[in-house]
Amino acid sequence: MNDSTTSATTARAAEGGLVGRSVRRREDPRLLSGRGRFTDDIHLPGMLHAQFVRSTQAHARVLGVDLTAVRAVPGVVAAYTAEDLALGPITAELDRPPEEFARTEMPVLAGERVRFAGEPIAIVLAEDPYAAEDGVEAAVVRYEPLPPVVDAGQALTAGAGQLHPEAPGNTLVDVTLFPGEGIEEVFARADCVVRVESRTGRQNALPLETRAAVAEWDERAGQLVLHTPSQVPHQVRTVAAGSLGLDEQAVRVVVPDMGGGFGIKCVVGREEIATAAAARRIGRPVKWIEDRRDALTASFLAREQHYRLRAAFSAEGRILALDADVVCDMGAYSCYPFTAGIEPLMAAAEMPGVYRVPAYRARGRAVATNKAPSAPYRGVSRPQYVMAVERLFERAARELGIDAVELRRRNLITEFPYRGVNNITYDPGSYVESLDLCERLLREEGWYDRRAAAEAEGDWLGIGYSCFSERTGYGTAAFAQRKMAVVPGYDLAEARMDPGGAVTVTTGTLSHGQSHETTMAQIAADELRLPLGKVMLRQGDTDRVPYGWGTFASRSIAIGGSAVRLAARNLGERLRTLAARLLDVPVEETVLDEGAVRASDGRALPYPELARIAHLRADLLPKGIEPGLTATASFDHFGDGTFSNATHGVVVRLDRDSGRVEILRYLCVEDCGVAVNPKVVEGQCRGGIAQGLAGALFEEVRYDADGQPQCTGFLDYLTPTALEIPEISVHHLETPCAFTETGAKGAGEGGTIGAPAAVLNAVNDALRRTGVELDDTPIRPEAVYFAMDRNREQTES
Amino acid sequence: MTDRQLITLTVNGRDHELAVDPRRTLADVLRHDLLLTGTHIGCEHGVCGACTVLLDGQSVRSCLVFAVQAEGRGIRTVESLGEPGELSDLQESFAEHHGLQCGFCTPGFLMLAEGFLAENPAPSREEIRETVAANLCRCTGYQTITDAIESCAAARLARAAEGSTL
Repeated sequence: MNDSTTSATTARAAEGGLVGRSVRRREDPRLLSGRGRFTDDIHLPGMLHAQFVRSTQAHARVLGVDLTAVRAVPGVVAAYTAEDLALGPITAELDRPPEEFARTEMPVLAGERVRFAGEPIAIVLAEDPYAAEDGVEAAVVRYEPLPPVVDAGQALTAGAGQLHPEAPGNTLVDVTLFPGEGIEEVFARADCVVRVESRTGRQNALPLETRAAVAEWDERAGQLVLHTPSQVPHQVRTVAAGSLGLDEQAVRVVVPDMGGGFGIKCVVGREEIATAAAARRIGRPVKWIEDRRDALTASFLAREQHYRLRAAFSAEGRILALDADVVCDMGAYSCYPFTAGIEPLMAAAEMPGVYRVPAYRARGRAVATNKAPSAPYRGVSRPQYVMAVERLFERAARELGIDAVELRRRNLITEFPYRGVNNITYDPGSYVESLDLCERLLREEGWYDRRAAAEAEGDWLGIGYSCFSERTGYGTAAFAQRKMAVVPGYDLAEARMDPGGAVTVTTGTLSHGQSHETTMAQIAADELRLPLGKVMLRQGDTDRVPYGWGTFASRSIAIGGSAVRLAARNLGERLRTLAARLLDVPVEETVLDEGAVRASDGRALPYPELARIAHLRADLLPKGIEPGLTATASFDHFGDGTFSNATHGVVVRLDRDSGRVEILRYLCVEDCGVAVNPKVVEGQCRGGIAQGLAGALFEEVRYDADGQPQCTGFLDYLTPTALEIPEISVHHLETPCAFTETGAKGAGEGGTIGAPAAVLNAVNDALRRTGVELDDTPIRPEAVYFAMDRNREQTES
Repeated sequence: MTDRQLITLTVNGRDHELAVDPRRTLADVLRHDLLLTGTHIGCEHGVCGACTVLLDGQSVRSCLVFAVQAEGRGIRTVESLGEPGELSDLQESFAEHHGLQCGFCTPGFLMLAEGFLAENPAPSREEIRETVAANLCRCTGYQTITDAIESCAAARLARAAEGSTL
């Protein structure tokens, strides 16, 4: 069997608990029968359909917007410009000095200036989506072109076009988090110094469901109701209220079923806000569904980064120093709430990763360019810095004549908690164990033998690894280090028992494929000793759930799940207190047991009986006990978060005719602490790895020299299918987290983090006799082909 | 506006009479006119396959078919699978193998598989992978979708071998 679960999880499940068991997903029946409800499935009476007039220019002054012809198109009801809607801008801020952070604004609709091709300029409302598109085509926009800035290198050169007057030199963020005092002396004395320069392509997180919004003004509630697939509904509410000049209570954000997010839906988009404003202005419900072309060109993108790393090693293979310069191309605007700082700050803060790096210097910059703006995407900078650092180790191994796996082993953190040079404390993980197991399995499966045999036959086989940890469970303290103007971190939960004895749990986190309806219920049901069917999760409605930070950064089970467990525990306490009084025993002599409160003398009161009294027969309540059965809890962590870890091992074969990289074997040994539902964790790993492979081998959003997007559909943005994604084996190790209530660490992003580094290392292993090393992704077949070709020529001559 | 055409669509065994613009896609008619919202739209250019339905038993991308082209032909959508409150064997297999996460692409994969297994009841795993490659999923990495279809096919064959009428 490929997959295994370890003893602690299995033991918990064997005790009859739900946590640790791969119970079937409760989301599935409706999703499998087409009865889910996604935003586009919402039909409201009198609803209009919106589309946006978008900039055709990458960088220009807007001299005039003429919508006369638009309004004359049959079916078009209205069309509004920035001037018509007069909305406040979306402004993301860091609490950092001006030399480190430039505060810029993103208007909801562009006014006098456009900064990327695809930027929304006007919203067109029509009786059906076809007419709305007809209307968009009739718009006349006059531009005065400005010099486009198409990449970060160009943006930073003197004389480059300037995007924002507030950001001189197009620099949005420039921080040196670790000055690395004395580091040059370390480099001067080192036995071996290696360098890596690595670039990663711009990507689209590409949830299958595009962005969307259905907005209506609810006269009865006195509220603007905005249905939108967002990972952060409360933050959308804040921006919508601020931009429209409403109190927050006058805005309700509802997230129905959601077709994936992967990060780009954890920032607030301008089209959603414009749709809400248009609905309010016209007094009719308005629906906007982003089409795929807009999703690829005008939505949020990610990942375009440039790393320049230098590392010093001793002759014995100890890393002595790491010096990093990271430049992130963030596109035209800073995203809310994270800002353009999210990528460089993450990279600079966490780059030493799983290794004992004694001296460290890191500068991170976020640069503005005339491209669609960047948002967090699954992994956030870690796929990139892990790739660059893992390349450093491979290069150092070759220079030092030490096996690359052994070199890693000598440098991995082995004693926990470990306080890093980056001032972060790492909690216990299985760094060496995961590497050992991964290597052992590949050896036992015979891949090293096959590689040797292939070499003899002139075949191109390579084996590659990546070792990494994934900081998750960021509490308020960890986010505060980033100095965002709004600080995420904690989460709240509520557990409410109804008169029939069933429990509804609400939480500020939000599932968009991560199975929270199942896993959160597993956690609460375990705590309350209830069957799963008696616990229901409600999420994603700012009127119905406690304030929360939504789902991103693999935070939901670690933080939100802990809040759910505490809320359930508090509800259990209420039940015990009530039962103790009714049974006239001390509360310490009661326990929760199979849907009842049981006293030490064996008497028991089932929950439905307690719930009936609490709600329907308050006259029977003992004095001092309040009616109703609701409990709340918050959870936060005041340390540096927790660290899931993994080793990925991959075997590739290079096709000599095309340079294509074929993956023969993919192995993931992961440790996310207690797996609440191992099958769900495996699903997250495999899906994450698939997205990592997409970035490693296929996907890149390209622009031409004028800043015009070149990837407008799935025919030119190549996303992998079942034929490109290999079978993936997932092995679980389990180092329970000490500070979360479930022992769980985050599990959402690791796959994506580990895959590019492992694949790149495997490709370079296959290319080892060519003298060519590839350090960039996506790994283009032509780069592989030319490397092999060069070797062929050398061999033949 | 364009002249509407009166058509009759037979969807999941039921006839619907509609007046539609000739340019209106089958996907939009299913979703927005007939309120069969299980069929999803992910790209509108025939690549992602989220809108896959069966047209006379063949899987097609309903975003690439005009509704007027479907007149007189039998259309099956995801709503035809299973019974209210009871999943079909294929749907059960997807649930059993964790063949879905966000569930947005799922109806398309189900209809793709339904059409495929009707044509090829005893496929190899490689044939299943090739078929699954017709559609895009962003969550699962495809392996569990392949597992689900393979397992469903094997179970159907086993039942057939037993002579079961199921």
